[in-house]
Amino acid sequence: MDLGVKSQPFTSSNASWKSGDVVPGQFPAGLKVLVVDDDPTCLRILEKMLKNCLYEVTTCNRAEVALDFLRDNKNGCDIVISDVHMPDMDGFKLLEHIGLLMDLPVIMMSADDSKHVVMKGVTHGACDYLIKPVRIEALKNIWQHVVRKKKHEWKDKDVEHSGSVEEGERQQKFPEDVDCSSSINEGNWKNSKRRKDEEDEVDDRDDTSTLKKPRVVWSVELHQQFVTAVNQLGIDKAVPKKILELMNVPGLTRENVASHLQKYRLYLRRLSGVSQHQNGLANSFMGPSDPSFGPMSSLSGVDLQALAASGQLPAQSLASIQAAALGRPTSKSAVPLPLVDQRNVFNFENPKLRFIEGQQQQSDSSKQVNLLHGIPTNMDSKQLATLHQSTLGNMNMHVHSQTSQSNSLLMQMVQPQSRTQLLNEINGSHVSNIPSSVGQPVLSRAIPSAVLGRNGIENIHGPQYTSLSQPSTSADYSSQSTEFSGNTFPLASSSGMSRGLLPNYDALNVNQNGNQDWRLQNVGSTFGPPHHSNIQGGLDVSRSVLIQQPVSSSQKGGQSRIPSANKAAFSLAEGFTSIPNVGQQLNFSASDKSLRSKAERLHETGFQNGLFSERYGQEDLMSALFKQQQEGLGAVESEFGFDGYHLDNLPV
Amino acid sequence: MEGNKLHDQASYLRNALFNQGYLDEQFLQLEDLQDEANPNFVEEVVNLFYTDSTRLIRNIELTLDSVPWDFEKLDNIMHQFKGSSSSIGAKKVKKECTKFQEYCKVGNLEGCMRTFQEVKQEHATLKRKLENYFQLAREAR
Repeated sequence: MDLGVKSQPFTSSNASWKSGDVVPGQFPAGLKVLVVDDDPTCLRILEKMLKNCLYEVTTCNRAEVALDFLRDNKNGCDIVISDVHMPDMDGFKLLEHIGLLMDLPVIMMSADDSKHVVMKGVTHGACDYLIKPVRIEALKNIWQHVVRKKKHEWKDKDVEHSGSVEEGERQQKFPEDVDCSSSINEGNWKNSKRRKDEEDEVDDRDDTSTLKKPRVVWSVELHQQFVTAVNQLGIDKAVPKKILELMNVPGLTRENVASHLQKYRLYLRRLSGVSQHQNGLANSFMGPSDPSFGPMSSLSGVDLQALAASGQLPAQSLASIQAAALGRPTSKSAVPLPLVDQRNVFNFENPKLRFIEGQQQQSDSSKQVNLLHGIPTNMDSKQLATLHQSTLGNMNMHVHSQTSQSNSLLMQMVQPQSRTQLLNEINGSHVSNIPSSVGQPVLSRAIPSAVLGRNGIENIHGPQYTSLSQPSTSADYSSQSTEFSGNTFPLASSSGMSRGLLPNYDALNVNQNGNQDWRLQNVGSTFGPPHHSNIQGGLDVSRSVLIQQPVSSSQKGGQSRIPSANKAAFSLAEGFTSIPNVGQQLNFSASDKSLRSKAERLHETGFQNGLFSERYGQEDLMSALFKQQQEGLGAVESEFGFDGYHLDNLPV
Repeated sequence: MEGNKLHDQASYLRNALFNQGYLDEQFLQLEDLQDEANPNFVEEVVNLFYTDSTRLIRNIELTLDSVPWDFEKLDNIMHQFKGSSSSIGAKKVKKECTKFQEYCKVGNLEGCMRTFQEVKQEHATLKRKLENYFQLAREAR
């Protein structure tokens, strides 16, 4: 289907962008793909490949042009493929914007196949990640992402009526195409979507006219200002009027802000997978079934199954962590634990889930700090709680584009029971929680090892993992756990991040435990659009941070942790470059100090002690737990260069 | 006969490029995309590559000449260059790019400069060989 190429800022293979070009029965032929890549060679090759797949291709070599195109042609695109490294805008940033603006499935591409970058794609919500050079076989099946997203969106609509409106808006791009995919239950969904599409299109229309209601184009910069304002106020207290005042943008009305805020809230909710419902995460974690994991399998990220198999992370714990991390899954379909295929998605979420899970299990624990035991070595319980909350929240955000998928995955993870325990443990933040978690050695081990192995964050080792022991499932997750742990913990390590992150964890915990500590949610949400990136940064940081402290060195105390934490924080900073909000939230130099102080406090509180039972109080309990962890950690030690951990016998 | 002879020569050249490691399977992907509607697709893409990569090479040269040494920038530019090269299947070029990036990571300027010469060399050699091949292939058609 070669319709020729026009020379425009973006070239399109189809003269008309009106929807309806897809002929039912020929799907996925006619799928509208937007390719963004600054490399003209790659762009040309991809264009030809996609055309050979019978898709309608529009090419762009600049991100801003792509965004303009998407804004101006609501139904002009079904899926976006974007390069990661572009001169005018980071691919992940573009991903965020597309996700925020119109919730299209986005596939990232790069010649860089390093895990952290792929993970970044996952956390930012990319539905797939292709390694260059791209082969045509990899492009043939991209239509599945469109179908899947629609399917989940539709399901979400059923579940969240309040959010469905927003989602409906975002589904504009898929009106007619729905006819083609029998798997999607268009029906009412389509109709309601159309309604909402019409309503929303008006809002999003780029109209420079100042007559009547001025139409506002939420550009990148404007959105950043908006997010900054929201973060300052706190997501709960962010009312349009105040946001407007803070933004101080001439010509912007309260109505503009209100409608954007509504969309933004929805977006956050989708990211976190927690739609304010207090459903047990467990249930929701059984989320989407296999289809949702399809795309993920193509990612080269952490392999949960591999982890699980290695016994480093009990699949179950992983699942629980993920589930917890994701908070409530937007889709209620149960996700079998074996969903680990979606490793990438859960890498970063798993660790979080784990923590949450552990805590959850600690019924008596009301604190949610423990979630990030491992990560914020320097943080005290409160901070941990905040951290894990935000982490969870962030995690949720990252998966926004794959919400259903990730949620389901997480849900599964969480479900496996230990979830609550894990969360509880995490919340407990102290050794005290550990006792209860002892019950699930596998999980705790797995997770800590994964997490700890990477970061050496003792905190995490603790009890959290114990609660998640589920040999069968752990196998799956263990492979991923290492990845995840790295991811989740990094968030914790960056003091700025951790704070924001903790709330997210809290949110998850709340869901699971029923603790209504929504304040943390604010923290998580304060990250604004860069949530993805924030989390990303956090993940990177935590990874580095986690690796820092071998258990044996825990004795050095918080101080020793700090250095690595700081390093992590700084390394994290790199990941955050694209996130303006992060800047405010994560002041790495400041976090350095805060980490120090936190470490000290943590030290004092024995938080870390918990992890290093030998050294600190509650030794008996901790040692038991710790040993388990060490066993698990030992396994990952070699992988992560962890010294002091010997996780040889990770009990599975 | 002449056509056959030219065709054989073109085939020989093409096979040599693969056998000697100048091209990898990605080049096959390009060839698969060539069809009646786009009979010169491969050549077009290669030309596109050489036009764009010249610019990148120039950027690297400028960066190598400037002080202080910005290894990150060098790495970034080379990353783009490598991505481009790999998309047309330029195997040897890609290998040198990787080496270059490794030197960047450790901040070894001398290593970078040495390897960069190799990159340029392979880049030019491949260009020559492909030009020969395309010419022969066109004549053989």
